[in-house]
Amino acid sequence: MTDQPMAKPIPRDTSGRSQWWDVWDQFKTHKGALFGAGVFLFILLAVTLGPLVWTIEPTFIDIRARNSGPSLAHPFGTDQLGRDILARMMAGGQVSIAVGLTAMAISVFLGALIGVVAGFFRRLDGMLMGLTDLFLALPLLPLLLVMVMLFRETLSRSFGPEMGTFILIVSAIGITSWMQTARIVRGEVLALKEREFVLAARSIGTPSRRMILRHILPNVLSPIMVSATLGIATAIITESALSFLGLGFPPDFPTWGRLLFDAIDYLQQYPERVFWPGLAISLTVLSVNYIGDGLRDALDPRIRGR
Amino acid sequence: MLTYTIRRLLLAIPTLLLISLIIFLLLDLAPGDPLANQPLSIPPEVRQKMRDALGLDSPAYVRYLLWAKQFFWVEPLVFVDWVLGTGFSADMQRIVSWQFRSPVFDIIIQRLPQTLWVVGLAYLVGVLIALPIGIISAYKQYSWFDQVGTFISMIGFSVPPFFSGVLMIVVFAIMLPWFPSIYDTTLVVNDLESFGQQIRQMTLPVLVLALQTTAQLSRFMRASMLDNLNHDYVRTARAKGMTEKVVLLVHVLRNSMIPVVTVIALGIPSIFGGAIITEQIFKVNGLGQLLITAIYANDLPMVQTLAFIFAVLIVLCNLIADILYGMLDPRIRYD
Repeated sequence: MTDQPMAKPIPRDTSGRSQWWDVWDQFKTHKGALFGAGVFLFILLAVTLGPLVWTIEPTFIDIRARNSGPSLAHPFGTDQLGRDILARMMAGGQVSIAVGLTAMAISVFLGALIGVVAGFFRRLDGMLMGLTDLFLALPLLPLLLVMVMLFRETLSRSFGPEMGTFILIVSAIGITSWMQTARIVRGEVLALKEREFVLAARSIGTPSRRMILRHILPNVLSPIMVSATLGIATAIITESALSFLGLGFPPDFPTWGRLLFDAIDYLQQYPERVFWPGLAISLTVLSVNYIGDGLRDALDPRIRGR
Repeated sequence: MLTYTIRRLLLAIPTLLLISLIIFLLLDLAPGDPLANQPLSIPPEVRQKMRDALGLDSPAYVRYLLWAKQFFWVEPLVFVDWVLGTGFSADMQRIVSWQFRSPVFDIIIQRLPQTLWVVGLAYLVGVLIALPIGIISAYKQYSWFDQVGTFISMIGFSVPPFFSGVLMIVVFAIMLPWFPSIYDTTLVVNDLESFGQQIRQMTLPVLVLALQTTAQLSRFMRASMLDNLNHDYVRTARAKGMTEKVVLLVHVLRNSMIPVVTVIALGIPSIFGGAIITEQIFKVNGLGQLLITAIYANDLPMVQTLAFIFAVLIVLCNLIADILYGMLDPRIRYD
């Protein structure tokens, strides 16, 4: 933290409570958020630890057992090639959630960077906010589709079909979804800059870089965290939409959106096959949205402690 | 206000030009060859002539300027000719789709009614449902109605259209055969029966799109009503002996509608984006479906024009929202 230890530390709350305990206490009172966190944790555990328990390979083809209904051997049934749907759901969930988390990380990083820089350096403000407005005016879904169409081949060739598509989709979603975060963060930074502690820090000659890292960033953490949770939800939906339109991951590489897309062809005969991936996407997004809602309340000091 | 409007309109021009350039440059990277699907028996020199005719080998800036000229000059002239019956655009080159081999705008005009009917009606239905829900939720805050409304709008946020649409097909078209799952565009409405059929086939896509609109707008309406309900003028109105109905629907509602109207305006382009997926599910051959097929067929002029039209819609709706905000709210003066 500091370069040299202080001679005598200020006596602190002996219970050792940091503000994160307060946040957690407030978060606990939001039932929806708590429930959402539980569901999200369950889904996360199911897709990560599930394959250790349920050891059927998602790509294993048992053509004699194709199109079978729910049974003990296949709790969710099998698809048109006899692949176990439960195993495919777990594998698909790993990819979908990985895409959601990574795309969110990119978008939040970009958004926070642009927001902080625009709010902190007045000279860059006009240009960066112009860029943000420009991005907001772009037709994003058509452009995402175009980007995926254009770069899929090239990236597949250099990183392999799965990794290439992953990189492509994650960066495409990240690049097209940072604008809201940037706007919120910029607003917060502009308000923070007028506060006395920033003036104090500036008057003792804190350089801009340390100023941003030590004083500005920790104070804009809460809007960033909220938009991060909501960003996971949008990223998962966007990835599924791309997969659904047939422009996502390759056919033998399951994601929830891809599973839904594949199940559409068998909608008349096996409508239940659409249900599981759709339910998984909706539940994940719903739980993440509730977590975001709870976090927003918990991180707002005006609401906390009431 | 007028100067503000004019300034914004002038500012929109460079923005749109920049966006069209971005879309163009992105598409310019496309690896596909538009002549790839021509028969291999075409001799190379003929192929070269075809490339020259399409202008494929000219530098990027020439192609961009040509497209811009066609979009901003030739196509409006064609429109003028079509309306007035004049002949300004007699031998001008229009933007031609590689896939359909006819002018892009002719195809867009063919497809537009389907999109407008489904999307427009869905938006209208969504707004009409959302406003009362928002008003009641705010007035009876934390009642069971409010809780249910919150939950339903959370679901509307979280269930993506490609799932809710498919779910509706499963329930209302397969399990209960009430509605058709595929939108029949060839249907001609000329009597009561075909009109009923048209209504039936529009129900499901409209419902799917309306669910999303309702989810967002009702939350917004609720928040805006809640903001206003605590103001002093509400207490004054009540103290003067106004009935609750008048207080709520005349005093509070009018003030709460200010931000909601702008949100309604801002939402129009996004619903066109959402329509891409809904149209794909219900096989409505509107603009969204046209865009998807054009992307699959590597039909760059079509993709470029459609993407740019979506961008124009967004910029235009932003502009309308800003101007409406200034007009409705006298506290906000842009000058």
